Amino acid sequence: MSEEAPPKIMRRKPVTDHPMSDLLRIDRFPHVWCPTCGLGTVVNCLGTSILKTPEVDPNHIAVVSGIGCAGRGAGYLRFDSFHTTHGRALPFATGLSLSRPDMKVIVFSGDGDIVSIGGNHLIHAARRNMDMVVICVNNFIYAMTGGQTAPTTPTHARSSTSPFGNSDPPFNLPYLAASCGATYVARWTALHVRRLQKSISEVLKKKGFSFIEVISPCPTLYARLNNLGTGLDLMRFYHDNSEINNDADLKSLDINFKGKIICGKFVDLDSPTYRDRYDEENEHILGDKFIPYDLPDFPHISSNSDKEKIEK
Amino acid sequence: MKPWQTPLDVDKQKTPHGKIHIIVDRCKGCGFCVEYCPRDVLEMSDEYNQKGYHPAFAAHEEKCINCDLCELICPEFAIFVLKDDDESEDKLKGHVDTVLDDSDEEPSDEKSS
Repeated sequence: MSEEAPPKIMRRKPVTDHPMSDLLRIDRFPHVWCPTCGLGTVVNCLGTSILKTPEVDPNHIAVVSGIGCAGRGAGYLRFDSFHTTHGRALPFATGLSLSRPDMKVIVFSGDGDIVSIGGNHLIHAARRNMDMVVICVNNFIYAMTGGQTAPTTPTHARSSTSPFGNSDPPFNLPYLAASCGATYVARWTALHVRRLQKSISEVLKKKGFSFIEVISPCPTLYARLNNLGTGLDLMRFYHDNSEINNDADLKSLDINFKGKIICGKFVDLDSPTYRDRYDEENEHILGDKFIPYDLPDFPHISSNSDKEKIEK
Repeated sequence: MKPWQTPLDVDKQKTPHGKIHIIVDRCKGCGFCVEYCPRDVLEMSDEYNQKGYHPAFAAHEEKCINCDLCELICPEFAIFVLKDDDESEDKLKGHVDTVLDDSDEEPSDEKSS
């Protein structure tokens, strides 16, 4: 036992440095997000959950994001990260997780990117049960392009392209992801930092398509166009109007304008991933001729001793 | 709320205490930490930082119980809490130093032997 090498730290850091500074590209700071925007909080939760899950090796994590305010997240995180074109974060992540099965792929992007322009990719990635984590930051609006109506904008909410109120019903994201076959579906707000962090820690150790919707305040466009105050007022609104119900009926999770937000972990099940199904099908057809791509179940988890701890 | 019975190990229990570090020039004055600190430790400052925002400051640091909520909720990565405990700081320092020394020492040991 005494032969075990001490854990290695990449570079020296003073004791008074921010504990997450190893995971961030500090040279790019301060970031572009507005004061009282919730996106920094979500990135903070993501980083903290990676820090506090010592089983997960940060060298085996890839962050992919698309275009938008949330798409900037990949640029601020010091992992293998990629900023793709609009809506194509999920196809890129699909390719990455297939070609490098030892990486845990995290897609960090916004509602406009994942659900509207990349909506088709979302449903098919969930249907195939690709092994990846999707963190979809929902701020109800296309914020970076000037506040246009998004598929998640609640009915009656104003945006710059619907100045008298939006007439369309919004997407119910947890229901959409769960009905397409996602194995983990949760919804939190930017205020539920501890639960969000715990949720991401759970998901990092899990196989399959995991979808976490995070409702985040947008002070500059959504709150301003709808006279909702600042982001801090929206956080107070989440505090008063969000309700945690893990057993909620997925159909009842619609978000109405100034209405209740039901949060919780709605789906958590195990089902074979794309690679499991592919191997099974080919073994069935080819028999002994088929040589599967041999990898442990949780390749991104650092050592065997840690893996045993998880099983216990 | 008073406990109905005094816990038997009450002498051994110690309320944790945190030391708050604020990177003033990174703060954008959003007020999340001030609003949601469970012990009302933080307050908004009247002074300006380099970017022209009013940063948060620890007004009642003695009340801090090292719960890390401000660290987790801060969107700017501008605030963090370390356990205000001599032992933990020594451990942290020792940890970093030994790792660095190990990488340097290993080849030198081989040469000397």
